[in-house]
Amino acid sequence: MGARSAARRRQARALKAMDESDFLCRSEEIAEGDARGYSTLSAPRTKVIVARRGGDLFAYWDACPHYGGTPMAWRTNAYLNAARDRIVCASHGAEFEIETGRCVLGAALGEALRPASIIINERGEVQLAPTPGEE
Amino acid sequence: MNIIGPDALVFGVDDVDACSQYLTAYGLAPTGGGRFEALDGTSIVVRAKSDPSLPPALETGTMLRQTVYGVADKATLEAIAVELGRDRQVLALADGGIETKDDMGFQLRFQVTVRRKLDLPGERVNAPGAPAQRGVNEIGVDQDMPARPRTLSHVVCFVPSIAEAAAFYVDRLGFKITDTLLGAGPFLRPAGTLDHHTLFFIQTPPYMKGCEHFAFHMGGPTELMMAGSRFIKAGYQSFWGPGRHKMGSNWFWYFNSPLGCHVEYDADMDLHDDSWAPREAPMGPEAAQAFLFEHREKWAPGPPPGGGKPAH
Repeated sequence: MGARSAARRRQARALKAMDESDFLCRSEEIAEGDARGYSTLSAPRTKVIVARRGGDLFAYWDACPHYGGTPMAWRTNAYLNAARDRIVCASHGAEFEIETGRCVLGAALGEALRPASIIINERGEVQLAPTPGEE
Repeated sequence: MNIIGPDALVFGVDDVDACSQYLTAYGLAPTGGGRFEALDGTSIVVRAKSDPSLPPALETGTMLRQTVYGVADKATLEAIAVELGRDRQVLALADGGIETKDDMGFQLRFQVTVRRKLDLPGERVNAPGAPAQRGVNEIGVDQDMPARPRTLSHVVCFVPSIAEAAAFYVDRLGFKITDTLLGAGPFLRPAGTLDHHTLFFIQTPPYMKGCEHFAFHMGGPTELMMAGSRFIKAGYQSFWGPGRHKMGSNWFWYFNSPLGCHVEYDADMDLHDDSWAPREAPMGPEAAQAFLFEHREKWAPGPPPGGGKPAH
């Protein structure tokens, strides 16, 4: 029984670590018409962009599909256009719909941002959904 | 044609405030009217994309509205007007400048150059075996040293037809091809400068036509590293670099920008005259960079994976 409870404790610790590593932000940090980029421990090389539009949160990997997966902001958290209704890649100005990730103007036409699966837990925390091999 | 190089680039942008903040942090001096100047008076001009005083936009998403070339004298302006007037409209402006467009549809303006002559020391190095370039007790680096862009160096554009784009500048305006990256395009030098290039083209699908980047010359590698490091510390996003290109030998550091293109610091570019024999090399990391502090495999958009056209 001792071994089994130790295993349970290990599993609980692992789940807790995963829980902590995939934390992106608190939901209320992202105001309407705002977007912010977050690094995670489980996928440290690419940030996750979390944007709010129409009250809903949308999340995408911070990697422009047209240019080798380049980070898209021109400055920390500077992801949106002036009207705050599109995500813009600051490499060449490609514009993406916040709701769909679809490129609607510029260098990535015909392509789309890769969605990041997020969970908003009961504490209002936005987490990256644990997807094996995701980055 | 005694064309010296770009005097200014005019952009019609989505977010004027963001661009103003960006260009100031980059090191250009705001002089009013959306104009941001380097030390010699060359500049970037940003206006709201809806501003009716801007030249017309290309059909793509590019924010570049006009390249302003500085030429040596009025005689050069007249020669350009006569040459280009043979097959297109050339508008004579009240200030003596002329406006037209190139064969890809990019809007051009030519004017007697506004460049002020600079009298500044370049970076000086001490090397064993060579006479010291800095005096005894003269230090080489200071955390607070000035590192401001000196002059607008070059502009790089995405075009759907390299041959057509380059022929206009070579055959009609007397630019020389200094080197060619096969699969990307030619480096072009106008007659009024020895700089390895003031213009470069990269072949892309038509919907990407526009500005890829522009660059300002810094006073040397240390100024480039200082300016770039400060830019990073202020939160700006590096794209490629710091490193040193092979063709042109210029140091480089590219950043994302709200102008819809990359913005580069460069330093220590090769000089060439008409006796130079152009080189060719296939495009790729080996040809593009002598060394690089941050590796990036893909630095220009070739065909999409699988070689197909993007779905619409």
